[in-house]
Amino acid sequence: MLSGFNGLLTATVFLPAVAALVLATGVARTDRAVRWIAGAVALADLALSVVVFVMFRPGGDRFQLIDRIDWIDTGTVQASYLLGVDGISAPLVMLTGLLGLCAVFVSFHINTRVKEYFVWLFVLQTAVMGVFTSLDFLLFFLFWEVELVPMYLLISTWGTGRREYSAMKFLMFTILGSAFMLVAIVAVFVSSGVGSFDMTRLLEPAGALDASRAALPMGVLFWLFFVAFAVKLPTWPVHTWLPDAHTDAPTAGSVMLAGVMLKMGGYGLLRVNAGMFPEQLHTYALPIVILGVVSVLYGAVVTLRQTDLKRLIAYSSVSHMGLVLLGIGSVAAASGALTDAGLTGAAMQLFTHGTITGLLFVAVGILYEKTHTRYIPDLGGLANRMPLVAGAFLVAGAASLGLPAMSGFVSELLVFFGGFRAFPVLTILAVLGIILAAAYILWMIQRTMFGPRPARWDNLTDASPVEMVPLALLVISIFVVGIYPAWLTDVFRDGLEPIIHGYNVGVAGATN
Amino acid sequence: MLNEALVWAIFLLPVASFLVIGAVIRPLGPSVAKLAGYLTIAALGVGFVLSLWLLQSSAHAVVYEFAPHLWLDLAPGAAVQMGLLIDPLTNVMLVVVTGVSLMVQIYSLGYMDGDESFARYYAYMSLFSASMIGLVLASNIVQMYVFWELVGLSSYLLIGFWHNRPSAAAAAKKAFIITRIGDVGFLLAIIYLFFHADDFAVHGLNALHIPDIWAAAAPIAAGGAGIVAGGALLWLCLGLFAGAAGKSGQFPLHTWLPDAMEGPTPVSALIHAATMVAAGVFLVGRFFPVFSESEGAMMVVALIGAFTAVFAATMGLAANDIKRVMAYSTVSQLGYMMAALGIGAYNAALFHLFTHAFFKALLFLGAGSVNHAAGTFNMMYMGGLRKAMPFTYWLTVIGALSLVGIFPLAGFWSKDEILLEAWLGTGAVETSVSLLVFILLLVGVLMTAFYSFRMVHLTFHGEFRGGGEQELHDCEEVGQPAPTGVSHHVHLGESPWVMVLPMGFLGISAVIAGWIANPIGVKSVFGLIPSHWLTEYFASGLHNGHHAPPFSIEMAIISNVVALVGIGLAVLTYAWPRPFTNADPLTKGGPVHTVLAQRYYLDHLYEGLIVGRLFYRLVAAITDWVDRNIVDGIVGLVGWISRNIGSLIALAQNGQVQTYPLVAAAGGVVIIVLYLILG
Repeated sequence: MLSGFNGLLTATVFLPAVAALVLATGVARTDRAVRWIAGAVALADLALSVVVFVMFRPGGDRFQLIDRIDWIDTGTVQASYLLGVDGISAPLVMLTGLLGLCAVFVSFHINTRVKEYFVWLFVLQTAVMGVFTSLDFLLFFLFWEVELVPMYLLISTWGTGRREYSAMKFLMFTILGSAFMLVAIVAVFVSSGVGSFDMTRLLEPAGALDASRAALPMGVLFWLFFVAFAVKLPTWPVHTWLPDAHTDAPTAGSVMLAGVMLKMGGYGLLRVNAGMFPEQLHTYALPIVILGVVSVLYGAVVTLRQTDLKRLIAYSSVSHMGLVLLGIGSVAAASGALTDAGLTGAAMQLFTHGTITGLLFVAVGILYEKTHTRYIPDLGGLANRMPLVAGAFLVAGAASLGLPAMSGFVSELLVFFGGFRAFPVLTILAVLGIILAAAYILWMIQRTMFGPRPARWDNLTDASPVEMVPLALLVISIFVVGIYPAWLTDVFRDGLEPIIHGYNVGVAGATN
Repeated sequence: MLNEALVWAIFLLPVASFLVIGAVIRPLGPSVAKLAGYLTIAALGVGFVLSLWLLQSSAHAVVYEFAPHLWLDLAPGAAVQMGLLIDPLTNVMLVVVTGVSLMVQIYSLGYMDGDESFARYYAYMSLFSASMIGLVLASNIVQMYVFWELVGLSSYLLIGFWHNRPSAAAAAKKAFIITRIGDVGFLLAIIYLFFHADDFAVHGLNALHIPDIWAAAAPIAAGGAGIVAGGALLWLCLGLFAGAAGKSGQFPLHTWLPDAMEGPTPVSALIHAATMVAAGVFLVGRFFPVFSESEGAMMVVALIGAFTAVFAATMGLAANDIKRVMAYSTVSQLGYMMAALGIGAYNAALFHLFTHAFFKALLFLGAGSVNHAAGTFNMMYMGGLRKAMPFTYWLTVIGALSLVGIFPLAGFWSKDEILLEAWLGTGAVETSVSLLVFILLLVGVLMTAFYSFRMVHLTFHGEFRGGGEQELHDCEEVGQPAPTGVSHHVHLGESPWVMVLPMGFLGISAVIAGWIANPIGVKSVFGLIPSHWLTEYFASGLHNGHHAPPFSIEMAIISNVVALVGIGLAVLTYAWPRPFTNADPLTKGGPVHTVLAQRYYLDHLYEGLIVGRLFYRLVAAITDWVDRNIVDGIVGLVGWISRNIGSLIALAQNGQVQTYPLVAAAGGVVIIVLYLILG
């Protein structure tokens, strides 16, 4: 059993929450002070999250940097405050730190209820980091639910358009998913026979789920979890909350939503569905991959019809997240030795899509701040007026359509490599999606940045120094991963290796 | 003997110049923009010298590799590495790329002078040169794909360089998307190779390493691994060829290349004539050992190539924009190269790639020079420029004669070798196929001669017809927007020396680049150039390279007579006995001319019908409707459920959402406790 208290993860997870509490007390008198305190805290938390990533040693213990405090221990029921990271979660913690900082820096223009705004943003960051680091199911669920509150408020209070409707829609979808997850968690707890919510013990072969003790059939459990995570990812056909939430959320909300909150779904699929249910994943790989490929193509086709920049990016996210399902489903490779290409690709896609789409939303946010429109036909020819924003847009777009030397290419290539081994025809269909991606990205860039410029945009200004911070950070992160991805893939693979192993044991054991 | 760092330097120098221009020079503003040009030229100059050194010092080591650097380890038998593959193909391509690029960059100092985005232009040009060099050097197929896509990006950026023009922005997008359709084939070929990683691993090979792929395709009987064979091999080749066809503008993916002329003319010369579009030919050449194991694939390459050679030439007959004529000519000439590869004439194809790079770059730079004087690209508004710009005139004539393939210019030697190989057959495909290729290519020669000298006459002979000023005036009268590149600046006179000089160098190359190969096969020229040196050198890079056939005087006479007939027809139509005034006699062709001028209506078919109507207005529109009205209907269901258990969720709707997760969590604990007590 994991024990000890390192403290680093607790600090990383709760620093934003503590900052939220401090801000809530009103120590910062002016809005200006609130903003700069928020910036400093976000920077500090990014630094901590980078330290987490660097301290994590691939090849060492599976879970590292453990913080454990026993919480409920009745002998038959054990629940604890248990944080730790493995190769899957360590990069996602860093991603959250990075996007958290970006979210703060794109929010400097917020003028209404500034203090509350940053308080909720920080609560959100703590909750997301908590999801990625919790190794106790109860704690995991708690963080999962806590995250809803700030997001709901960010959309409904600081959003635009039909913000109440969108916020409620977001809430309803996620809560419905959570209901499934709660049932599943309880059933898993009962089935495991270890009397504990400790995920690390449920992941071990000895503590693995025992079908004979299961309160519900294992397949049902698998799908209960799947629904909860698929809504979050989101996958077709439960994706419709995403375009609304994105369109009406404030920029920081969109950045966090696309950048890290969708990744909670992918993370859950990797951690729980792939990690704890290898046999079921093998059995149900085909429907999962079909859902993924439908998401890829359907999402891309619908993206082509969008005229609102944020809606467009939101639908492209549906398309890109479909690749995560393809990658995860690919562990059902029928021929040849099992490779981790597909799973690594899926995990990489979580990270790279976070930075790429984060950048797209930051750029659109800056654009919207200056033009007050996201309606594509209103825009055009902005490249000359705002070369920095246009450059960032171009980088994000190129990365999003999978151009090499940028991060998106690596994850797509790995997913396709893995996917083709298991489902060649479906993977070929998914590969066709890259043509559609090129079409909607270039169409978007052409209509907003190139061509003649309407006279009313003649006085637009480029990104301010504060706005440059997230643009520069995300551009750099896209290139750093794209030019030499091994530093990141090696960490992910370290985390995925036990899953591949479990898959071999589980499925081999079942077939022998 | 070879120093790895020096070879990498050929690639890294333009990378460095790109970074320095982007990060330092451009932010400093227009006062230092000139430095961007000098830096690019310096980087490519050194790269050119290094390429010559590499060619000279590795002339005898047939395929040479340094230990590659691991980039991403995927699985046993599949590792993505960054390495250098140094063989005759690489070496010659490097000289072509750095040499032509150097000339074009010097020319651009004059052509782009005064452009407000001068530094950005050179940044993109450096990026392109680096990517192209990286593509040529790659030893791993994923590495190759990386640079393949990056040249596509540079091409996109440079076609759309004047991005305020809607036509330029649209052409850039079109180029990227159509080439990407081909790239899907290339990508699928790579994915398919990964599929076989285990089989490669058994043989100690790497499925992504190019020489290992050659070995995998070779049958076991021939000492290969025989991993991919039969139908799978055919599909692998077709995938690669799809990528090649997109990049090299082969039918049916050729429609982007004429539109790509929206970019600055030096860009057209370098990227859309001499180097990047030849990357498709390079790709097939790079995997020639794989293609040559599949007769079906070879046949496809040969027939698509030969068809494209004629098909594109017909459209060149009816085009009035001088750059578009050249663009169709490029598509057509790339068809010659593809056809040659398809019939197994590997060395002849690459020989033609080599000579074509020089004379076609020259012709484009000539077109740019003409535009500098006349203020338009429309040949109907030119005429009589011979007197005003004698250097441009004579250099263009040399380029045109070389393109047509008149003895003894460069284009003659390489084209003749292709024709000869097609006539004789190499055994790679059925004789009937190679004969069909021969006939098509010979018809192509006639058309090439006609459109080339139509261009020469319309541009340089007769009386000047007013240039850009007149065209703008005419456009205004009929109320049409003026096409790209038309300006009031008509100043009939020779271009500055900084533009003429690089054209002069290319002109010299267009004359002698054929002789360098010693194509007649005399024992040795001045004791320096051995018999059939270049083609033998290319052949030495292959496992069982094919030797060039001996020079045939009969073939030379046939091809020259056909070419002269074509030139004669052009003279009869446009110069003598009645000089051209302002109505193109070809328009008398009626519907045939219309079909050619409308480019066989393929753009209408692709963009108007398939993409616009069928896909966008039908498939996408229906999907979008379904999404908004049916899939999103799930929300209604969710809403209905929530209303009916509204008493529970009412808390959330009262704005106290904070309480919900706590309630939910508490509920979870309650359930567990209940279960423990009752269970």
